[in-house]
Amino acid sequence: MMTWFTDPLQFDFIMRAMAAAVIVGVICSVLGVYVVLRGMAFLGDALAHTILPGVVIAFLIGWPLAVGALIFGVLTAVGIGVLTDRGDLKEDTAIGVIFAGFFALGVALLSASGNYTLDLAHFLFGNLLGVSTSDLWMISVLGGIVLLTILLFYKEFLVISFDMILAATLRLPVTFLRYLLLILIAITIVASLQVVGIALMLAMFVTPAAAASLLTRRLPTMMLVSALIGIFSGITGVYASFYWNIASGPAVVLVATAVFILTFLLAPGRGVVWRYSK
Amino acid sequence: MSTFVKQLTYHKHEHEPDSAALTLEGIVVAYHDAVNGRVTALDNLNFTVQTGERIAVVGPNGAGKSTLFNLIVGTLKPTDGRVHIFGHGPDGHICIAYVPQRNNIDWQFPVTVEDVVMMGRVGRIGLFKWPRKQDWAMVRHSLERVNASHLAKRQIGGLSGGQQQRVFIARALAQEAELLLLDEPLTGLDKPSQDSLFDILDALQAEGVTALVATHDLNTAVERFDKVMLLNREIVAYGAGQSVLTPQNLQHAYGGHVHLINSEDTMMALADTCCGGRE
Repeated sequence: MMTWFTDPLQFDFIMRAMAAAVIVGVICSVLGVYVVLRGMAFLGDALAHTILPGVVIAFLIGWPLAVGALIFGVLTAVGIGVLTDRGDLKEDTAIGVIFAGFFALGVALLSASGNYTLDLAHFLFGNLLGVSTSDLWMISVLGGIVLLTILLFYKEFLVISFDMILAATLRLPVTFLRYLLLILIAITIVASLQVVGIALMLAMFVTPAAAASLLTRRLPTMMLVSALIGIFSGITGVYASFYWNIASGPAVVLVATAVFILTFLLAPGRGVVWRYSK
Repeated sequence: MSTFVKQLTYHKHEHEPDSAALTLEGIVVAYHDAVNGRVTALDNLNFTVQTGERIAVVGPNGAGKSTLFNLIVGTLKPTDGRVHIFGHGPDGHICIAYVPQRNNIDWQFPVTVEDVVMMGRVGRIGLFKWPRKQDWAMVRHSLERVNASHLAKRQIGGLSGGQQQRVFIARALAQEAELLLLDEPLTGLDKPSQDSLFDILDALQAEGVTALVATHDLNTAVERFDKVMLLNREIVAYGAGQSVLTPQNLQHAYGGHVHLINSEDTMMALADTCCGGRE
């Protein structure tokens, strides 16, 4: 039985995959708490897709992927701002237009360059078992930046998530904080690209945090529980991927989804089963 | 103001001595609407609120009460005219507290009562810093003052309406607010809860805190406030309650079909304009 757990760990590529899955599980799940509380799920999903052209351009000209992704992440945020500013378009409409347009641009750029299907599959669904040592470094540095920023702006992010008018009366730099949160999401997406890929990124933001919201009543504990679910999903997903040859991204997401369903049914006080048995 | 509060008080703007808490001069708020063209939400508002006064703001839905509060808070810039708070524009002040309508708050949010009250301190703690001992002391003191110390560790979703209102006033106290805006705090509260709310407001007034309270309850407006402002895009009347809430003024503010409902302890004004407003 023990060897079932330890066997895969002999392989370096599995160890790297585990490390990447754990780091990504933590940052996505912690940042995801804000995504869930602020109702930014659609925006998060859109950002995951709109950074594709940036990543592809950076990939083609040999720049760090993070730089291309950040440029298009900021372009998305500014674009949504410009489209909704005059009040003629609703925010979700503006997000939808930019979401689809940028994603199409990314796929078009990729299709015009050589190895289309393989690269597209990797961008869309991740390539966890192909994480290199330098990838792992990049993921660690980006993850560190995200967690440190959340720590530094913890109380300000809490206020803008709970009560925007309070943020205004306290004279907090609200616009700056909102853009900062978007940039953190963009950075996290870049860090997570190889682990879950664009198509399933949303699950890593929303699912662990949603499960955690059913189990906790304070923000710090919600972040902690969300991170633990993220870590568990990452590690279990890698095992599933190794033994049953499932694509790693979907494996990680399926574990997180299973955790959510169990929580939804069994959460003390708030789960479905709990309510029925009363 | 108590010396405890005074010691900790800090303003980005020094308040001008002897200046009124709030002065509005020639305020116009207008915007362009795709359907209606130019819409005037507030027109030619001129009034002064002295430090320590308690004002009831009444008027039909859509009268511009929320717009007025947003102007004072500073989240909305007037199309024309000027807002002065203790002698300055609203921008530099962190002494204005807004207590939102209860249905504008996400009560499922994972915060406890003391977390909410601590949010009032965020402007004074400053960027990159964590709450200090004196901030926690301020939170405890604020909760004591609204008789909510025993609720400190509770998640906010489990509170009654009156408790919710008191917690948000505690947040305003922790913010060391000197100008308090309360958006329909009485709605949905039973009589004892309303009374305890006014006990707190009385104590604050004794310390010189100025309060503007939006309400639909006309009897309470007359009985428990220094002045009443009757608003319907412009100020219909402003002054002592009895002189403001006359049948003629109410007709003017609420339109032709105002129904005054007198029950044992409240008088409510209902009008056809109800629910067609933008608030």
